[in-house]
Amino acid sequence: MVATDKPAYRVIGSRPVRPDGADKVTGRARYGADVLLPGMLYGRVLRSPHAHARIVRIDTSKAEALDGVRAVASWDDLPPKNWDELPNLGEGAAETRWMARNVFASDKALYKGHAIAAVCATDPHIAEDALGLIEVEYEVLPPLLDVREAMDPNAPLLHDDLYTTDLSGGGTSDEPTNIGKHLEFRSGDIEAGFEEADIVVDREFETSMAHQGYLEPHNGTAMWSEDGELTVWNSSQGPFVVREQLHMLLDLPLSKVKVVPMEIGGGFGGKIPVYMEPMAAILSKKTGRPVKMIMTRQEVLEATGPTSGTWVRAKIGATNDGRIVAAEIELAFEAGAFPGSPFSAGALCALGPYDIENQRVEGWDVCVNKPKVAAYRAPGAPATAFAVESVLDELAELLERDPIDLRLQNAAREGTRLSDGTPLPVVGNIEVMERVQGSEHYRSELQGENRGRGVAMGYWRNGGMETSAHAAINQDGTINLVVGTVDIGGLRATHSMQLAEALGLEYDDIRPQVVDTSAVGRSSVTGGSRSTFAAGWAMHELAQDLRTQLEARAAQIWGVERDEVSYGDDAVVRGPEAEDGSERSVSFKELAGQLYGSGGMIQARADVSPTTVGPAYAGHVVDVEVDPETGKVDILRYTAVQDVGKAIHPSYVEGQLQGGALQGIGMALTEEYFYDDDGVMRNSSLLDYRMPTALDTPMIDAVLVEVANPGHPYGVRGVGEVPIVPPLAAITNAIHAATGVRMQKLPASPRAVLNELLSEET
Amino acid sequence: MTDRMIVSATINGEPLEFLADQRDSLLEALRERIGLTGTKEGCNDGNCGACSVLMDGRLVNSCLVMAAEVEGADVTTVEGLATEDGLIPLQQAFLEEAALQCGICTPGFLVASKALLDANPNPTEYEARYWLAGNLCRCTGYDKIIRAVLKAAEA
Repeated sequence: MVATDKPAYRVIGSRPVRPDGADKVTGRARYGADVLLPGMLYGRVLRSPHAHARIVRIDTSKAEALDGVRAVASWDDLPPKNWDELPNLGEGAAETRWMARNVFASDKALYKGHAIAAVCATDPHIAEDALGLIEVEYEVLPPLLDVREAMDPNAPLLHDDLYTTDLSGGGTSDEPTNIGKHLEFRSGDIEAGFEEADIVVDREFETSMAHQGYLEPHNGTAMWSEDGELTVWNSSQGPFVVREQLHMLLDLPLSKVKVVPMEIGGGFGGKIPVYMEPMAAILSKKTGRPVKMIMTRQEVLEATGPTSGTWVRAKIGATNDGRIVAAEIELAFEAGAFPGSPFSAGALCALGPYDIENQRVEGWDVCVNKPKVAAYRAPGAPATAFAVESVLDELAELLERDPIDLRLQNAAREGTRLSDGTPLPVVGNIEVMERVQGSEHYRSELQGENRGRGVAMGYWRNGGMETSAHAAINQDGTINLVVGTVDIGGLRATHSMQLAEALGLEYDDIRPQVVDTSAVGRSSVTGGSRSTFAAGWAMHELAQDLRTQLEARAAQIWGVERDEVSYGDDAVVRGPEAEDGSERSVSFKELAGQLYGSGGMIQARADVSPTTVGPAYAGHVVDVEVDPETGKVDILRYTAVQDVGKAIHPSYVEGQLQGGALQGIGMALTEEYFYDDDGVMRNSSLLDYRMPTALDTPMIDAVLVEVANPGHPYGVRGVGEVPIVPPLAAITNAIHAATGVRMQKLPASPRAVLNELLSEET
Repeated sequence: MTDRMIVSATINGEPLEFLADQRDSLLEALRERIGLTGTKEGCNDGNCGACSVLMDGRLVNSCLVMAAEVEGADVTTVEGLATEDGLIPLQQAFLEEAALQCGICTPGFLVASKALLDANPNPTEYEARYWLAGNLCRCTGYDKIIRAVLKAAEA
């Protein structure tokens, strides 16, 4: 491993203004929906009003006859698919057959909002008018909305070609089912463990489907040229992943699909799958014109991929002295209309902060008539942590122990095996717990009626994946850096900072640019808390390559041996003394000016796929006040502690902790998919799908613990995802402390809390 | 063909005539007819504030204003905030305080914050949060946005 014990960094740890900053505060930054092309048509989508229905007939003739309408597309316009292809989407693979059937409904509409047909016209209003002229005949079927009802062997089936795949080596089911996948982790002796326990708490928990809630709706503009090249401009977390999906869905060679990453207005995992991009491509092919499509907010909520609604059972046993001796977790996750929920990540992360000898974790991935879920920030982990951290809070109460003390006694550390058997590398779990316990917030006295304090921990494994970049030295000593990983929250800055650090240059010497899929090697998504981590490795490799080339060039200019020359951390290249005794040295900037004319300019390329990932741990403390009249919960104070490895740009790291915490607060208190019995979401607007506003939260104190990841040039751990894991239980534990009531079903909306308070009284 | 009309207004200090569909909102006209795409669409039904603009000095959601309604009006969008002297203190504070991550809500927050500081040059934290509760941000947890607005108020 590379050195992580550098005493101090020059650039890393500072807080420079981001390279894309001026464009983003002046409105110049161009996002996907800002694409305007000559002759551009506007596309809209007709969607199923039913949660479950057989499509008997689609008649588009009246729509096509409307003045201004140029083309209509539906399932039959997709080319025949290779069902066996499995694209690597970075955060969970999706089979092509399900992906295709999600783009357009084939024989059945499987959720309210499932796309039936797309239309394009010369004006957005005409396209909207045309939707009303498309006639669809449905045979309405009863919707399947409850995850555990859908698991029943006698339940009606969403798909007649879905068989359960057992990830624990059990093969594939003989009969079609609604269960896409099943897994079981076992270690130790679970029965003996519970027998050893003096106290056992066994509870069931539920969370609602919840949306990432990025403020920018999905968008895509496509131009399918006469020579067969498809160009797509859109906002996604990974243009290469968009390219791969289009390659498979449209049967085009990868070289003929160019995806241009526009600025992206938030993703959180949800902007990895394609929705309208293939539709826009087909409509462009039919019309020979560019076609732009933008979702409405209702479409975003009803027809993109939120995270799973979940059912989780957590049974944990401890001895009287606080040793956790057994844990059994069962979880069933809604996958939505097609398999692929984050249940396995939820299963893996459930017990991540703890060292428990005897455990069993079993999970199911279950199809229901709701939108197909997508990744959402630490996918799956918030729901299972909610269950485990709630039960631990109850155990601490019953054992009369400080909740952090109990966790510290059972804390996972380097070498502890996760539920799937993999041992943990160096982690900061204990350091985070100790920082929580020692924090001014945790030690302060909370006064006042109906107030309570809660704590919870969270674990997320983080990712590595591919990053490609190249750097070209300019003759004035500046560098143009080209990367393929999109910048959602400051990634250009963290690329530049790490390269500047590695070369001994200044932040402003490096100008980064995110380029399209034809201009750099394949780079994976911005997601999985991987991007700044992998960027560090790529920048480290670029710097080593540039240093080596610069040393060789200086040696050539001086006429000395290559190994007599070295590039110093102060960006000065030094060689052996000259014959007259003078020092041979040249600064990076001086040498850059000599490149032209001494053999040509220098650039370097890096393609990395680092696996030395540093897992992340977080601990949150929250004070709440519960209004006994209305059940409304107010957040009084919030502290988010997290092991970040090394904060490259501390402001952006703090921002991840604060933003993740507030999304978790939303899941805990207000956000839910409210379905009626017909499977229609009744709150599909941002008024009724209630995301927290500035008035719903105080300042969120972000406390950065830095336990360096020995597997990274600068000690970086991914930071983006784990902060959404602890808030759910931290808040319900605080509600319990305030009221005595344990909320086991989320969100803990005023209505739900009031119901619990009233039933407690009676 | 749809029904088009000519609208005359002052946009970011420049007199402008543009052709709008009778059904266009101000947001649609700004973005798709005039090409001023700095104003963002987040929900198109007045619930997120991403499309905030000033109309005759008053803060409005441009998705809830018809294009025809701005006839004769003075409209300021995010593109009209910076001056010949460069970024205004609000824009500078948003950069220095890292008050944006993805940046899609930023134009709306800047315009709404400008309206706040025009009306109340020294807001408390609570007043800033109250005023900006009509603007949703999903990335930042609002912490650094509020700090940036309070910092700009001091400038």
